[in-house]
Amino acid sequence: MQPHLLTVITFLPMLGVPALLLLRSEDHTWIRRIALAVSLAEFVISLFLIRGFVTANPGYQFEEIHDWIGSAIRYHMGVDGISLFLVILTTFLVPVSILASWQGIHEKVKGFFIALLVIETAMIGVFVSLDLFLFFVFWELTLIPMYFLIGIWGHDRRIYAAVKFILYTMFGSILMLVAILWLYNVTGSFDFVEIQAKLHAGLVSLAPNTELLLFCAFFLAFAIKVPLFPLHTWLPDAHTEAPTAGSVILAGVMLKLGTYGILRFCLPLFPDAAHRAAPVIAVLAIIGIVYGALVATVQTDLKRLVAYTSVSHLGFVVLGIFAFSTISIQGAIYQMLNHGVSTGALFLGVGMLYDRRHTFEIRQFGGLATPMPVLMAFFLFMCLSSLALPLLNGFVGEFLILIGVFERHHVWASWAASGAVLSAIYLLWAYQRVALGEVTVEKNRTLPDASTRERVILVTMALVILFMGIASPLFTRRMEPATNVLLQQMSGRAQSATQPAAPATGTERAAVPAGAVMFKTAGPRVRP
Amino acid sequence: MQISAEQLANLHRLAPEIILCAAGILVMVLDPFVGPARQRALGYLSLAGALGALCAVRLVAIDQGLAYSGLIRADEFSIFIHVVVIGAAAIAILGSFSYLDQEGLQRGEYYALILFATAGMGILAGANELVTAFIGLEMSSISTYILAGFRRRALASNEASLKYFLLGSFATAFFLYGIAMAYGTTGTTRIDSIQAAFQITPPGGLAILGLGMMFVGLGFKVVVAPFQIYAPDVYQGSPTPVTALLASAPKVATFVVMIRIFYVAFGTSSDLWFWAVWVSAVLTMCIGNFAALVQTNVKRMLAYSSIAHAGYILVAFAAATDLGVAAILFYLAAYALMKIGAFLVLAHLGQQGEKRLEIQDYAGLGSKQPVLAVCFSLFLLSLLGLPATGGFLGKFFAFQAALDSRIVWLVVIAAINSVIGAYYYLRVIVAMYFWEPSKDYVPTRVAPSLATALAVCAIGTLYLGILPGRVLSFARAAADSLVVH
Repeated sequence: MQPHLLTVITFLPMLGVPALLLLRSEDHTWIRRIALAVSLAEFVISLFLIRGFVTANPGYQFEEIHDWIGSAIRYHMGVDGISLFLVILTTFLVPVSILASWQGIHEKVKGFFIALLVIETAMIGVFVSLDLFLFFVFWELTLIPMYFLIGIWGHDRRIYAAVKFILYTMFGSILMLVAILWLYNVTGSFDFVEIQAKLHAGLVSLAPNTELLLFCAFFLAFAIKVPLFPLHTWLPDAHTEAPTAGSVILAGVMLKLGTYGILRFCLPLFPDAAHRAAPVIAVLAIIGIVYGALVATVQTDLKRLVAYTSVSHLGFVVLGIFAFSTISIQGAIYQMLNHGVSTGALFLGVGMLYDRRHTFEIRQFGGLATPMPVLMAFFLFMCLSSLALPLLNGFVGEFLILIGVFERHHVWASWAASGAVLSAIYLLWAYQRVALGEVTVEKNRTLPDASTRERVILVTMALVILFMGIASPLFTRRMEPATNVLLQQMSGRAQSATQPAAPATGTERAAVPAGAVMFKTAGPRVRP
Repeated sequence: MQISAEQLANLHRLAPEIILCAAGILVMVLDPFVGPARQRALGYLSLAGALGALCAVRLVAIDQGLAYSGLIRADEFSIFIHVVVIGAAAIAILGSFSYLDQEGLQRGEYYALILFATAGMGILAGANELVTAFIGLEMSSISTYILAGFRRRALASNEASLKYFLLGSFATAFFLYGIAMAYGTTGTTRIDSIQAAFQITPPGGLAILGLGMMFVGLGFKVVVAPFQIYAPDVYQGSPTPVTALLASAPKVATFVVMIRIFYVAFGTSSDLWFWAVWVSAVLTMCIGNFAALVQTNVKRMLAYSSIAHAGYILVAFAAATDLGVAAILFYLAAYALMKIGAFLVLAHLGQQGEKRLEIQDYAGLGSKQPVLAVCFSLFLLSLLGLPATGGFLGKFFAFQAALDSRIVWLVVIAAINSVIGAYYYLRVIVAMYFWEPSKDYVPTRVAPSLATALAVCAIGTLYLGILPGRVLSFARAAADSLVVH
């Protein structure tokens, strides 16, 4: 098996950057072609991951470990059933976004595609990092290209949206950094696998309140990214103001960084705290589902409407995760992929409308199915996928989540199910106002239907949506072992926590009772 | 004439300072013989002197130990600081050529003063005795007082020089009082002897008062609150390459003396000064960041940002461990590179008379001078603490060291502060990339010398951010060589 496949996949997009830099800035055609070629090559190579992936193996595969800074910080990468498809999702959405920006981006074309390639590297890096330091580096690096994507190529209020986006996210992540350092001081390692093993085996124990604080520090960073109600206020601005490709990447992949982080780090590292916090988080998630849906319903701006659907859909994912059952977590992972594809597709559709009319106002549309039957047919298809029509992808995810949640808590499930109904309302109503009826604005009569390039994009997305709706076992089968391991890790610790704490023998650092100090004020260490 | 082995060793251990002073004197002597049109040659000579001194650090490295009856201590710690300080001076000299031409200030004495200041900082770095440290401090201070006023016809520059001089002399007087009191209690001014004395009898009231006074004197030089009032005016008024030097090298050298005094001499009783440092760190970070938020002048904003950075360094300082020392050293190296880089970019962008320093002057710079804008962004992002830059790892190690000593809340405050800081660094990037280009701005070409200086800073910043291993192990070795009990 290829030993460095993950490194290649992570850094291949960066190879495109010097190539683009060498081209003249005016040579738009070749800049686009090379960016597309690099990202397509990346996609093809990433498919080797699926080929080499051993379904039955619940652990990390394609692992790479090298010392990086000293011996504590390591270059440790690997994928398991949770991250595998998220990597593929990323490599899939980037070429699509590049294709979608083929004509919409006229200015500073070179910078735009460089930003897209850099962000691809950073996002993949987040999904494959198994060292907390490495993870954090990639995590923060995703911010800068997105900041530029929104700030330079965005719409009217782009600067406000870009600054709000980056400050919000940085605030969350800086506390996560403190928590990472704290974990290091307790366990003597930055390696996620090692820390997890030590905590699980009871070699190092965290006092319950310390665990809860650390959990909160990690969770805050992820919850902002997801975004979980009430931390979602950056999202409508960022999504609406970003250029189409930016919205696709933002909704398609970057929101998943948050839910992925919860699954990968919050749950296995702090299982007891996760159990303690679950009811609160579930309630917030449900509020997000309903609130996001209601707010989406009353939007007059089509792109903002799609943006709010993310709040609602991601609420489902978080709820699925915190129901702690195999089926709901599988559903959550699957829903992460679905949301990436469906909402990505919706943003692509909205972007195509914008390319024609330069507005997102729903009032400016109406009866568009008459001049643009093909485009609107696909748009309907995307809406149906997003509202979870059976046979399409969204259905599988939501259904799995609802089953899992129902087993755990009836009331949660019933509230969440109302979100599924509401999504039908806002999406179909929006579709009706945009596409059906008479053409209300005279200008719209002559709009051209989907071009060949756009058809390629739409057909691809539609095929993927259909495939994921029908062939879901191909995906869930690969997720299941990793999900089971995750749940074992969580329940195993929950039991051991009731037993008397194991003596901390692993490292000498572990002997310091961490939690006790955390609540006192910082005091100087008494030196021997 | 016979030179004994001991004398030779003394010479070796002071070689960088000897070379710097010799080069400085040579420049002063040659100055009258070189015509006004060719003063730049003196600059090259000074650069050669600084680089020669940098090479001479190697001499110190192979022959470590005490020199001149224990006044100077040549150890890994001092070597690390020598490299940073002399390197910073060399980059500042390199970055000054085109600035001085543009301002019509090309004079040999400018370079000579930088060399003398650097020699003073070198002595500070190696001082094992308080009066020697005082001499080093004065050497570097007096040279920089003059440098701050080097734009003789600019009112702001005169103000900066005078302010710096008056307050600076006041601060050094405090330092001197502190030394006297330490001497009064222990009967010695040698740092290792003071430490030994305090191990037998813990410091009493007089010694603590002395420590407090030294904190005032040194705190002024490293610009920590509540002694920071003068800094923004001085940094803003000084010629920009001088600001680059002021904001980096003296801070580095003075932090080193602080470490030697606080960690070594008073090392047995770190709880004495812990809270002072804690409070000062919080004040420094908050004042620096909040004041920077509202600045519209980028040079002044960077001045406040360097106050904030002194606060982050104090966070590591409060740790009072070897880990803390290593973190401080790493931070100082990264800080010097990014800060000098940022100010040198301003030196170019300010154009003649330093007229263009407001944030709106940089609107659309990203499309007009892409390479320069990328460089500037890199320095700003490093100051902000974005991963893969030296600034991030500096903060990372500082926070780690503080957490290792269980100083949690200070780290949380520092972390929140660094997000506040993000706002004003990003605002400059917003102006450069997101705003419409300003019409009246005519870009000027970046001179090769300045480009080289910026390239060194940029590459160094990235190197420290991506492959910090070697520098970090060097910093750790340096921290170990400092005897902390």
